[in-house]
Amino acid sequence: MGDNVAVIGVGLSKVGEHWEKSLRSLAIESIWMAFEDSGIDKVDALYVGNMSSGSFVEQEHLGALIADFAGLGPIPAVKIEAACGSGGAAFIEGYMGIKSGMYDYVLVTGVEKMTDVLPSKTTSILANASDRDYEAFHGVSFVALNALVMKRYMHEFNVKREELSIFPVISHKNAPFSKHAMYRKEISLEAVINSPIIADPLTLMDCAPICDGAASVILCSEKKAREFTDIPILVSGVGIATDTLGVHDRKHITTLSAAVEASKKAYKMAEVTPKDIDIAEIHDAFSIMSALSLEDMGFAKKGQGTKMALEGQHYIGGELPINLYGGLKARGHPVGATGVYQIGELVYSLRGDGRVDAEVGLAENIGGSGATVSVCVLERGD
Amino acid sequence: MNVPRHWREQIRRYRLVGSKCTDCGRLSFPNRAVCPKCNSRNNENYQYVGRGKIISFTNINSPPKEHKYNLPFAVALIQLMEGPVITAQITDARAEELEIGMEVEMVTRKIMEYNDDGIICYGYKFRPIVEYAHP
Repeated sequence: MGDNVAVIGVGLSKVGEHWEKSLRSLAIESIWMAFEDSGIDKVDALYVGNMSSGSFVEQEHLGALIADFAGLGPIPAVKIEAACGSGGAAFIEGYMGIKSGMYDYVLVTGVEKMTDVLPSKTTSILANASDRDYEAFHGVSFVALNALVMKRYMHEFNVKREELSIFPVISHKNAPFSKHAMYRKEISLEAVINSPIIADPLTLMDCAPICDGAASVILCSEKKAREFTDIPILVSGVGIATDTLGVHDRKHITTLSAAVEASKKAYKMAEVTPKDIDIAEIHDAFSIMSALSLEDMGFAKKGQGTKMALEGQHYIGGELPINLYGGLKARGHPVGATGVYQIGELVYSLRGDGRVDAEVGLAENIGGSGATVSVCVLERGD
Repeated sequence: MNVPRHWREQIRRYRLVGSKCTDCGRLSFPNRAVCPKCNSRNNENYQYVGRGKIISFTNINSPPKEHKYNLPFAVALIQLMEGPVITAQITDARAEELEIGMEVEMVTRKIMEYNDDGIICYGYKFRPIVEYAHP
């Protein structure tokens, strides 16, 4: 195996409803920011994380499109798709490109343009991440699938809806600092609890927003990275795993077994345990996913995923600060781009943004209702 | 929904036929080519009775576009009495009447219309079991 892999450049476009920007212009914007951040201007390959450009903007073949319009030359460029987990999956492909010794510099771009269609169409497109014939056919939206999991969780572990409402509050707490976040404001627990019910028990504010965004990171070997910086951010462990596509086929409805598998792999590769993780970017697309993620990656016992949150341990200064740039809830969740945003945000935190002194961070990206989960562990290389 | 895509699902959507592994007996719905328990590729059709109980449910207020004329509706995870869990709409009951553990039975109902090909799609839904008085 080759040298360690490092992240040397990050570019995060502002997340939001960008009526004036196309998919390609969003992608290019983030790529130029990543180039500027890294100090290089050429890469050997591009991996694009994207869930559903074909349905959202009737555009496929994103690898060639973005390589062409970003002026990257005739490099290999492909799209990687794993629903909302596309960004994390693309990052791991990029990691392998460097780790294998195949490429010197790899660009990973996550991009999603969701607001060119009406919301009911968006709901339908997102439902394509579930089993179209046996879940979505019956009118089950993505929110509804998460609601089914949440209601079962509340039933099995005697947890109240209001306890899970803490997660959006935590993510929003960090959002004012986050320049690229969609909603740069704090929200109260009461606001989450009292917001309109979308699919009971999930309220509007339990759910990450529909939005546009693009994020890019540039990878190279540790050796090359040390030519640019004394403190490179290293990718010390990656893991990705799958589970049954349909929620109804899960062994345990309330366990993300792909998160269990993926985190085990990432911890083993990075030679860490959950106790060594200083900060984490958690896939809080829905409040229930935060609780399950924390449990299934080993930060809490089963059924107690809200405990640390309610004790205030996930805020900055707590035992495990999470979602330091707003998470999916406040930064926004441009589905296929999210996993790359998380990596970029982790790099910002590990480089030192004046808020936390963290050496080891984790990013968890979920595809669908848990059928794909990727976990990446990053470390400050000093 | 286009015509052949719905047509080829008839056996599952109208008759609730899944599969049974002929090596270890594991039941699946929908049918599976490979048994999730023993990896066998040997299986046969298996028709479910169409009874089970609700293990989770929710009411949908913001549906995908194909279902926007059906509002409001409830969907549930239903554990069939034979074992497999299935996702389906609940019908013939008000949302507030539903609860986890409630026994339900399959009925055939309209699932959607006004979709791209304009065909009306029927399929399984579940309703609370009605106890009839026998003479």
